Amino acid sequence: MKVIKIDKKHWAGGIEKSRSAYRLFGPVMVENKNFSDFKELAAGEMPDMTATDTRTSPKSICFPPEEVMMEFSTDETRDDCNLMKVPAKDYSPRAVIGIRPYDAAAYLIVKKNFDTPEYRDPYWCDAYAACTFIGLAVNEPGRLDFSTSTNSGPFDEIGLDVLLVDMGGHYFAKVITEKGAAYLKAAGWEESAGDGAEQQIEALKVKAESMIQTTISFDRIKEKSIMELHGADFWDDAAFACINCGTCTYVCPTCWCFDIQDETRGKSGVRIKAWDSCMYPLFTIHTTGHNPRETKVQRVRQRFMHKLKYYMDKYEDGIMCVGCGRCVRSCPVNIDIRRVCQAMNG
Amino acid sequence: MLAYITKIKEISDRLLQEQKVDLIIGFRKGTIPMMNEPCFAKTASDVKNLVWDSNCGINLANYLTNRKEKIGVIAKGCDSRNIVTHIIENKISREQLVIIGVPCKGMIDRRKVSAAAGCEVTEVLEQPDGIVVKGLGVEKTIKKADVLQDNCAICIHRNPVISDEMVAEPVEEQKGVDRYEDVRRVEAMSPDEKWNYFEELLSPCIRCYACRNACPLCYCPTCFVDESKPQWVGKTLDPIDTRTFHFLRAYHCAGRCTDCGSCVRACPMGIDVRAFTKKLEKDALELFGWEAGMSLNERPTLDTFKPDDPDKFIK
Repeated sequence: MKVIKIDKKHWAGGIEKSRSAYRLFGPVMVENKNFSDFKELAAGEMPDMTATDTRTSPKSICFPPEEVMMEFSTDETRDDCNLMKVPAKDYSPRAVIGIRPYDAAAYLIVKKNFDTPEYRDPYWCDAYAACTFIGLAVNEPGRLDFSTSTNSGPFDEIGLDVLLVDMGGHYFAKVITEKGAAYLKAAGWEESAGDGAEQQIEALKVKAESMIQTTISFDRIKEKSIMELHGADFWDDAAFACINCGTCTYVCPTCWCFDIQDETRGKSGVRIKAWDSCMYPLFTIHTTGHNPRETKVQRVRQRFMHKLKYYMDKYEDGIMCVGCGRCVRSCPVNIDIRRVCQAMNG
Repeated sequence: MLAYITKIKEISDRLLQEQKVDLIIGFRKGTIPMMNEPCFAKTASDVKNLVWDSNCGINLANYLTNRKEKIGVIAKGCDSRNIVTHIIENKISREQLVIIGVPCKGMIDRRKVSAAAGCEVTEVLEQPDGIVVKGLGVEKTIKKADVLQDNCAICIHRNPVISDEMVAEPVEEQKGVDRYEDVRRVEAMSPDEKWNYFEELLSPCIRCYACRNACPLCYCPTCFVDESKPQWVGKTLDPIDTRTFHFLRAYHCAGRCTDCGSCVRACPMGIDVRAFTKKLEKDALELFGWEAGMSLNERPTLDTFKPDDPDKFIK
């Protein structure tokens, strides 16, 4: 596999050069806050490659918190009254700089929902096809990173087009796909890293993986029946503290649920796809007023059963979690997926 | 404050043994530094897991709403005022509760501690002379006063206003605190400045409603933002909808908010949600001499009329 060397002196210039062919996305510090988040980089803005983790995940680049799917007019004098039309969309190439390996792995999980043999969500799929993922290996995993337990890891390449490794004065850029090679070329980074680069990367990978302090096990969940887990006696205890705020689902890189809403102002309207959350009663309430998940315990159980049991049974590809630790860090009342997983696996 | 836990466990064990309560609502040790998890204890072994330290900022009154059991609840000053409000608003009855009062010296703000550490915090130890913070290759001792939650730093009701058992003697209340310096600063702004101030304040909001859900006052069976027949508020990040949510929620808390800080603590995006509620709290105090949740014997200021009401329109 080809490895390119990028001297940090050429970093800003390369990023700048690539703008002519790509819209750029990356982590930036949020003004007046002690954290960073992914956003589209404005002219001259650089991705913050020192950001340890972003508060929310980069899933929003292809699955924004809200997205206009269609537009319509309710003006009856018009021929196209009430006809839904897809607005113009910008699916020109996007480069996602500094995405972490676990977040790239999460994209492939979300893809299972939006790109199936029967149904294809054009908004997500077209945006995804436009993306080139320039990942950044995690040299020093945080203490809530349990990505090595979830088919990912601090240097994992799944879902990435390029893996950057911070070597101090330079980056090594491991070229994983053609798309990745094209981006590096557009940025003008073409200096071969030469012999020994792969070994140096491997050494850092081993070191990073050894720094992971927390793991989860879900090997026994597969063997348990859905009804056994559903009826288990730990749910009241696990769910007690939950305030059903939905923060966990909003910061999660793999949560893919959304709502569809029509909004009109005057005689023009839009149909919108907006994030939704299984933590909310409104998520499941029927028009009759009946709600099959009326209580908090039912909703908490749903979230963990979906992530750790239903997904596993349906896709036979591990769990719907990449171990980024965001939900653990952001939960205001310390509901911890590791603790719940342990109870389910027990 | 660290010595309280022995007494909390002793009282909890006794209440459960004597069957005076069905469960105790308190905190157990969290899985990450500076976080404890609200929990219930029904057995002696559950009680062993209870903890008390400066990371018990969640308002436990929030966990009492509409419960049917007899409950022993651990209450700091602010929790106790929200328990009073809950009783007045018929969300729980006084007879169902055994209130285990905890004199409080303030809760620490995990974000301030992380910022002071300058790295990912791996361990925090609370000691009589300060907070010892450990991170990767870093160990610092910081003064608790420097990392208190903003609302705790200006708290003037640290002792529970209502209790059946106390875990310790009352602590000294803070005197001479200027509670509304920040509100006055906003009041002094021009309309444009105010607009920009609130726009900036709300710009990180992701509409997860953690602030609402952490708030013991927000117990409506269906919140107005969740109404779908008709739908009052849009679901997107449209600034109009975001503003509507925050402004209305704040007004629903007028004359009821105890400034417990749960909303700020819960917000994943670090928004100072108290900027809204504090203005209303100040108004309730200045216009009506009202502080929420201080007594079971007085009707809340916004559901009574007094002849000396400062507004003419109502007379």
